[in-house]
Parts: sequence; C-alpha cells; structure tokens
Amino acid sequence: MAEPAPIVRMSGIGKRFPGVKALDGVDFRLLPGEVHALMGENGAGKSTLIKVLTGVYEVDEGRVELAGRPVAFSGPLAAQRAGISTVYQEVNLCGNLSVAENIYIGREPRRFGRIQWSKMRRGAKALMDRLELDVDVSAPLASCSLAVQQMVAIARAVGVEAKVLVLDEPTSSLDAGEVAQLFRVMRRLKEEGIAILFVSHFLDQVYEVSDRMTILRDGRLVGEYLTRELPQVDLVAKMIGRELAALEKLEGRPLARVAEPLIETRDLGRPGGIAPFSLTIRRGEVFGLAGLLGSGRTEIARLLFGADLAGGGSVQMGGKPVTLRSPRAAMARKIAFCSENRRAEGLVDELTVRENIVLALQASRGWSRPVPRRRQDELVAKYIAALNIRPGDPDQPVGTLSGGNQQKVLLARWLIMEPRLLILDEPTRGVDVGAKAEIQRLVAELSDGGMAVLFVSAELEEVLRLSHRVGVVRDRELVAQLDNDEALTTDALMNKIASGVPS
Amino acid sequence: MSQERNLARALTAHRLFWPVAVLVALLVLNVVFTDGFLTVQMRQGHLYGSLIDILRFGAPLILVALGMTLVIATGGIDLSVGSVVAIAGALACLRISDLTDQGSVTGVLAAVGVALAVALVLGAWNGVLVSVIGIQPIIATLILMVAGRGLAQLITDGQIITINSAPYKLIGGGYWLTLPFGILVVTALVALTGFLTRRLALGMFIESVGGNAEASRLSGIRSSGVLIVVYTFCGLCAGIAGLMISSNVSSADGNYAGLWIELDAILAVVIGGTSLLGGRFSIAGTVLGALIIQTLTTTIYSIGVTPETTLLFKALVVTLVCLLQSPSFRRKAFRRRARPAPPPPAPADGPSDASVSDVTAGEGREETVRNR
Repeated sequence: MAEPAPIVRMSGIGKRFPGVKALDGVDFRLLPGEVHALMGENGAGKSTLIKVLTGVYEVDEGRVELAGRPVAFSGPLAAQRAGISTVYQEVNLCGNLSVAENIYIGREPRRFGRIQWSKMRRGAKALMDRLELDVDVSAPLASCSLAVQQMVAIARAVGVEAKVLVLDEPTSSLDAGEVAQLFRVMRRLKEEGIAILFVSHFLDQVYEVSDRMTILRDGRLVGEYLTRELPQVDLVAKMIGRELAALEKLEGRPLARVAEPLIETRDLGRPGGIAPFSLTIRRGEVFGLAGLLGSGRTEIARLLFGADLAGGGSVQMGGKPVTLRSPRAAMARKIAFCSENRRAEGLVDELTVRENIVLALQASRGWSRPVPRRRQDELVAKYIAALNIRPGDPDQPVGTLSGGNQQKVLLARWLIMEPRLLILDEPTRGVDVGAKAEIQRLVAELSDGGMAVLFVSAELEEVLRLSHRVGVVRDRELVAQLDNDEALTTDALMNKIASGVPS
Repeated sequence: MSQERNLARALTAHRLFWPVAVLVALLVLNVVFTDGFLTVQMRQGHLYGSLIDILRFGAPLILVALGMTLVIATGGIDLSVGSVVAIAGALACLRISDLTDQGSVTGVLAAVGVALAVALVLGAWNGVLVSVIGIQPIIATLILMVAGRGLAQLITDGQIITINSAPYKLIGGGYWLTLPFGILVVTALVALTGFLTRRLALGMFIESVGGNAEASRLSGIRSSGVLIVVYTFCGLCAGIAGLMISSNVSSADGNYAGLWIELDAILAVVIGGTSLLGGRFSIAGTVLGALIIQTLTTTIYSIGVTPETTLLFKALVVTLVCLLQSPSFRRKAFRRRARPAPPPPAPADGPSDASVSDVTAGEGREETVRNR
C-alpha cells in the first residue's frame, strides 16, 4: 500500500524559551487517515510541538507545511480555519449550555441576526449521528458524562471542516468503557480521512488505537515508527533514554532488611485512584516507586500522607493501627510529603523563602506559638546553605526562584520537621543536573541517618541508584515489589512498567 | 544625582507610597480651602481640630476595614458588616433603653457585652458558612447582609431607639486622656491586630491560605479554623463600629446605621494595596485607605462641592487612587513621557527620609515607571 502524501509536514523545528531549548531540529509528519501518537516523557517537547503546530507558539527555526504549502499561523484560530483543530485534556466547553450550543458556539447559524435554533439543533444532531453518538443535543452539556463531553469537544472541532485533529491526552479522565467509545469515534474519523494526532500517557491505549508514532526526548526527535513494529519495551527505552547523567556514583549501601517496619499498609486503596495495595517501609529504607505518569504513583504517595482519603484498607505504624485522615494527622506521625506539583500544591508564591520554609513547622505549632525569629533565621540560613538555594536571600518571594531552587525550598520545609518518613514525589523533575545530584545525595544521607524515604520518580536510573527496594506501579495498581539487587536492571524495570510481566 | 534618583525610586516603589501621596494631596487641598485646617486646639482638656475630627469620624470605618482586610487576605469578602453594625447598635440601645437607670455603668457594660457577643456569633456564622459548608464568601455573607438588616429592624421594632446614657455616649462621642475615646479604641485594636498577625503567626497563616489554599492544607494548616477566626474577628470589628456609630448619635437606626459601610471598607482595603484575590495584606495600608475615604468626605464639604455632585466627585477621586495603585496603569500612563532610558542602575538600598515633594517631581515618577 502506497503512502499518501502527508497532510502536515514539519521540518527542522526549533523552539527556544529563555534558558532552554524546548525543541531542537524536530521533524514530524502526519498522514491523512492515520492515528499518529506523539510519545515522550514530561518535558520532552510534546506540548511545545503541538503548540507550534496549532499556532499558539511561533517557530524559531524550521518550517511547517500544510497540504504541501508552507504556513505560519498567527494563532489557534487561524490554524482552526486552515483545518487544524485541537481538543485539550481539560474540556473547555460551557457546561451550562446545551450540547448543540456548545458545538455551534461562536458560529451560530443566523438569519437577520436571529439565531436559527432549529437549524442549529438539526446540524448538531447530524454531527452526533456521524460520530455514532446517541445524545440529546438540547440537554445541558453538564448533564452528559465526561466521555460524551469529550466527544462533543471533538464534534465541535471536526465540525469546522477539520483535516487534522489534535487530541492532547483525551483519555486521562475517562474510564475503560468511555475510552472504548472515544476510540470508536477516532476510528470513524480516521476512515473519513482525517489525520489524528494523539497524545496519551497510557501505553496500552497508544498500542490499541495508533498506527504510527513519533518519539521525542529532551526536545529532540528519537524517531518515527510504525506502532505494530515497535515492541512496548523498546518504546519505553526510547522514551526514557539511556544516557547516564553526570551524576556521582553513590556508595553501595546495605539493605535495611533487619530494620523494623516503620509503616505498613494493608489493602489500602482509593477507588478511581489506586487499586488496594499492601506495602511495608522500614526505618532507614529508601523505597522507590517507578511507573509512568498517571500510573498511580502519586496516588500512593498522597494516601500515605493523608492528602486524599483512603477508600478502604488500614495503615499500621509501629505495630499500632493509625488513621491518616488529614495531612495534619500524618504530620503528627512524622510523615512529610513533597508534592510533584510544587506550584499548585507546594509553595505559596507570594510568601518569602523564609516563610515557605517555616510554614509546616509553624503550622504544627499553631498560630499562637510563633517560631522565634532568631530560630527561623538559623533554620533558614542553615538550609539555604545546606541545599545551596540560590539566590540565598530569605526575604525574596519564592515565586521568583527557578524551579530547582523552589524544589529545594520545599525540601527544606519538610527537612526541618525531622520526619521519620519522607515522601518525595518527583523531587528531581525540572531540576538541573547539579541540583539533581545534590538532592539524590541528600536522600542517601537521610536514609543512612535512619529516615525512611518513599522516592517516586519516572527516572529509572535514579530509582535504582537510590532505592533499597522498588515498587512498580502500572495502570493504577502496584504490580510488583522488587529487591534492588544485582539482578534488577533498568531493562527488567522497564519490562515491568511496560507489560507487568516479569522479564 | 543618581543617588537622589535611587532614593526617589525606592520611595515611589514602596507599597504605601501612593496612598500616602493621595492623603497628603487631599490634606493640602483642605489647607488651601479651609483656614486653620491643620490647627489642633486644646479646649476644656480635650483636643479639637479638623484633623482630630477626621480621625474620630473615620474610626468606625477603620475598624470595619480592619476586619475586612483579614477576610480579603484569605481570598474572601464580607458583605454583612453593615448589617452587623446595625444589629450591634440596635441591641445595645435596646438593652440600655430598658434600664431603669441609663447612666448605670454596669448596665451599659452588660448591653455592650451582649451586642459584641452577638456580633461574634454572627461573624462565626459567616465563617462556618464559608469554611465548613463551603459557600462562596460573597454569597455566604450576602445572606447575613440582607437578613441582618431585617434582624436589626426586628430588634428596634422598626423605630429609631433613642437613649440618654452618659457611659454609652463615651464610646463614640466621649473623650478620654484628651483624645476622643473612639480613636483610642481603634488604636488599641489596630495594635492588637498587628500583634496577632505579625508577632504571632496568624498573619502568615492568613496569607498562606489566601495565597494557595491547597498548599496550605498540605503543609498542615487548618484552613477552616483560620477562616472561622478571621470572619469572627471581622464580625467583632463591625460590632464595635456599630456601638461607636449608635453611641455617637445616642440612637439606633436599624435601617440606616452602617448602610453601605461594607463598600467603603472594601474600598479602603483595596486603596491600601491588599489584593482582592487574597494573599499579602497590609494593615497600615488599610488604615491609610480608610483615612483617605474619610478625608475625602471632609474635603467635599470644605471645598464646597454641591450635594448633587458629591458622589460623582468621590467616585472620580477613588478611581484615580485605584488607577495610581496599579503598576500596569502607571506604566502605560507615564511611558509616553519617559525619555529614552539610561541603563537601569543598581537597586536602591532602601527608602530614606527624602521628603515627599522630592518624589512627586516628574523625574522620580518616570524613573519608577521605566524600571518596573
């Protein structure tokens, strides 16, 4: 079968943001009538590439061709007029309007300035029929399921004579049945000759629906492959890459086998978040959690900190049952949690570095017993020096610091609490190599000092280097717990992450 | 030369510079139109003068705005303060009017105690609606804003309760230690609030909850507790303001006491530089903002603005102040006047004692604008 001419061809795309090269010489093509998956880890440049394609960003280098003609869109609207429509992860429709209104919003059929409601409903109905959806188009959108809302967003996008449909993580909030429904619609559109660019963190879904994939890593193109020719393990390897960062080797450390358990969970779980899991973390142990984004790693971390309420199961600490009903309850048990989402769930941007560092300590003391200013200054100065936080001005608003330094501020907040269990969710993401090494060394030191650490990371090398034991999370389930001995390699871990079966 | 510019820049960049400048400008306007505006005299052991009047009449507004500042810092708003003002005044006057001896100090104290207790309860009610039940602050407090007026009228039976009580008169109209008693109350409460929020950790919790509620929760701050405390405090402040207002006129008017004071209070907070989105707050700024509004009212009378245009005049000045407070407006408004910029000098070391007139000179202003 001969390949049709590509509808979209992007060549040598480069995009630079202050301080980083987000895309570097990336080639990408999209054929009509195919589902093309764009793969890569967080920060690999997937969304930047999509935004360049849809006119949100201007290109710095390279050219974009649509149906053989070079184009430069001034914005998403221009791209949409040219036939490139995008549906984002968050459904950005109006829940209080009807399905038909949502589909036609901004381009209502009018006569003499009056909206032709019946024509609009008929058009919407026809569109929904085309997608084989049975929906009452005059019902408010909010009364429909999330999947249908997603479908309405797609209907709205293809309604504008789309040639290219970009779906950015459309499945992240759908259940299995809804995903199947979405895939049916995608196949239907594919048959009509529409080219679909699909981004998802769920590998199984990518394998189910896509024909071809392009892999990015660190803003560079790794390659373009036919989905049926690329085994899942190879895909993960290509996404994660093999280059060893310039990190110091950490000393080989004895397993803390004999140490007493610090925290034990039995069938702890949360419906829709993570399947029930049983897990034991010992004193002085680093327990690594490996898995892809959205696999349920963060959900485990949040349950152990009481940030979310468990749907069932029990937790024991020191042999006694405890309930982790809230972060306060967990803090009282000397558990600390650095969220992966430091902007939304960690730092208070407007407050200063000093205030952010002492926040948790102050919260545990209550409002009436302030941490004396002298003690604050001592603590803050100590951790600014120890973690090498720059700039080292404690009275600077934390929002003005770089990502890596913000991460260190967050770490400092929890370190001064002297926790027994420190939960670190992606502490090295978005952090430069030097800071990464510092954070890793710190984790090793803390565990040598007897602190238990739950270390969540998507970087397998990092997990293997630091952890005594490794848990593998896949599709919202803790599928394996492995001792980190010589037999455990990144390949074995990747196998686990990709397929869930032992290598 | 460059050092002077740095000083000027540091001063104009200070958060409270524009409110201070506007207040000074208003006072200067008054000096021009009113003879002896700045004179403060001692008569019969009491201080008298226009400046003292501004402080005295502004006292209730400062109080209400003080509570409002903390509420706004948490990202909320309290529309019910006007009703709480009316209820507190009505309750106190009702209790006093029932006394056989209206001059009895214990009787008045009991009445004041009841009124303030009810104000506390009303504030806590708002806090519970917002934090425990999770109603949006503007709606939650709207309930009491509307219902509270009715409650105040129920208490007064739709009449204006007039009393004649010397001890009660002290609160809003009396003197103590040569100063109007109201000023002393306000000073004490502002100092107390400053202590609670800046010396103790309450201010940090409030700013943290207002800045990022989820991050605060994950840091172990009980945000619902913080919210209840803040709304309760706001209720208390409004209650005291209500006592002052009714005491000053020796009567309680369920209909008009404290009407629209919530809007003036919100205005004072915003003029003082606290963002309606929550987060950082400034008590000094709020006090300045309330004083600006009160001075404005005085100015309107002294320069002889006709009653029909009073509100329009007030609106114009307030709009101007709010615009001046906005860095992006200043940038736009003054960019055209700016000459080609020299390379930005190093940041200044800090504000110093340069006089305000130095700073309002065009040059200093341009400098600030250019370097923002």
